[in-house]
Amino acid sequence: MAKRQIKRSNPWTTILIIFVMFFTFINLVVVSGILVGLIQGAVDAVRTNYTSDVIISNLNDKTYIENSPSVINLVKSLPEVEAISARYLKGGTVEANYKTKIKETDKSDTAAATLAGIDPVAEDSVSNLSKFIVEGSYLKPGDYDQVLLGAYLDKKYMPIESPGFSTLTNVGPGTKIRVTVGGIMHEVTIKGIIKAKVDELSMRVYFVDSQLRSLIGRTDGNVSEISIKLKPGSDPNLVRDILKKNGVGEVAKVQTFDDAEPKFIKDMIATFALLGNMLSSIGLVVASITIFIVIFINAITRRKFIGILKGIGINEQVIEISYILQSFFYALCGSIIGIVVLYGILQPFMKAHPIDFAFSDGILVAPVPGTLLRVGLLMLTTIIAGFIPARLVVRKNTLDSILGRK
Amino acid sequence: MIQVKNLTKTFKDGENETKVLKGIDFEAGSGEFIAIMGRSGAGKSTFLYQMSLLDEPTTGNIFIDGKDTSAMSIIEKTSFRLKELGYVFQDYALLPELTALENVALPLLMQGVSEKKAYSRATEHLVKVGLEKRLNNLPSKLSGGEQQRVSIARAIAHDPKILFADEPTANLDNESSRVIMEIFKDLHKEGQTIVMVTHEVEYSKYTERIVHLNDGKIVSEEKVLP
Repeated sequence: MAKRQIKRSNPWTTILIIFVMFFTFINLVVVSGILVGLIQGAVDAVRTNYTSDVIISNLNDKTYIENSPSVINLVKSLPEVEAISARYLKGGTVEANYKTKIKETDKSDTAAATLAGIDPVAEDSVSNLSKFIVEGSYLKPGDYDQVLLGAYLDKKYMPIESPGFSTLTNVGPGTKIRVTVGGIMHEVTIKGIIKAKVDELSMRVYFVDSQLRSLIGRTDGNVSEISIKLKPGSDPNLVRDILKKNGVGEVAKVQTFDDAEPKFIKDMIATFALLGNMLSSIGLVVASITIFIVIFINAITRRKFIGILKGIGINEQVIEISYILQSFFYALCGSIIGIVVLYGILQPFMKAHPIDFAFSDGILVAPVPGTLLRVGLLMLTTIIAGFIPARLVVRKNTLDSILGRK
Repeated sequence: MIQVKNLTKTFKDGENETKVLKGIDFEAGSGEFIAIMGRSGAGKSTFLYQMSLLDEPTTGNIFIDGKDTSAMSIIEKTSFRLKELGYVFQDYALLPELTALENVALPLLMQGVSEKKAYSRATEHLVKVGLEKRLNNLPSKLSGGEQQRVSIARAIAHDPKILFADEPTANLDNESSRVIMEIFKDLHKEGQTIVMVTHEVEYSKYTERIVHLNDGKIVSEEKVLP
């Protein structure tokens, strides 16, 4: 009966209901998916462009990783490792426009920065740092007295006046700046500006590693950070555990990208997911009301025929099931179209063209188990929304229904 | 076949009570063709609905084939109607989205008859009422007389013990009404028990007994001469 009713009902009505179901499904999955994807995009960027799959960093009471050369050799010996980047890090200040100061007492154009010494080639193979050059060009291994300046240290990119936070004015590729580290002042030329949505990358001043090492007097080769990029399919947890088993955990923090993710990020993902679910649930209510109205109108206008069916001896449950099946059909069609559009168009499109949010490239996060759960939820809600009006009409007195009496 | 004892039916509307049937005793034998007649408001349709188990009497008992139907649950009554009774309504009461064939096959399918058998029997009965060329037409594509013939085919497809007809010719022209009554006559000849409500004296003559109702009571009965 349900099949015949759908088959012989107005096709435009059927299409409209399926459209409502489709948009409800998309609303259920995409709203929360984008909200979670907003944060997930930032998390993914941190992994891809900063921590990589596993990161080894100095212990809290040290500024470097003890015995770094041995650690690096151990890391390089692991078959899972594709590339590594060892970074020297040291706090310092940068100063610009010092040549135009008229008096010694004039306010200096300075900013606090983290100075990072990198092997430009190794760094690029791990974090694709060169991709974030917005002005000038990337460092080459022999580029002494040249630095890459993080965009957050350049007023042009960070026009924020805030106490305790300062930026350099009128700087760009070719500008000479002074770097002060450990009491040593050195003049360098800006070769390029780095601008990325990962804050750590945009707040550093990058040197070729050998120059920063000599500036800070680090002759032992101990670095502060080692980012490890693994071969596709390798398990970061496994590599972390191997390193810890080999004693690296005693001289440094060994974390996977997931371990290194701050708790507030995890909380934000959970919060955004909750927010998305709350917004989606409104869509679910709208869909259930739509189905309720559609089935109710259908059942009310067919009250006489329902009465006839009961009159000739058709069981009430059979009639109710036929309405439930109709609702199920609408929800199923909407969900199937939704799944095809979601995984066939929306997700690949948004992966290729992420939404340009201020702090992340937002993607659409829609894991299959979560999507299937939402499909189930939509089905259940729709079935209930179809059953209730059918039950209300079917329960009416048979003869009253046949004769159209109130 | 049917035995009705002291049947009453009262409708309540707030504090108002309307006694429509006022203690009816009635009997119909197997294979009888009975017409229930009376002026408008006499209670003839209400009487038919009680006998055909479409409505609940206020008091009294209805026995069909010896079974006291007042002792049946709603589910038992539904099942009983499906298997043992057939209905022809004044306005045909066909399901608009089902073809003539599907309308007739539906009660059979609901009884658990296989699809093949149900459609074969439905076809057979539609041929019997002269609709062999209209099997796959929707009700909206059939004339009133044709729709009523589909309704009859549906009512008899499962070989019911009793066929109830409520003013089956009321919406039809003379020619269609005559065709319908001829079908009833043929069914009666085959031994089908038929109880029909009508207000048209002309068609009551197709039956073998006429029961006259007035003000909720049977006031007279007459045999129809062949």
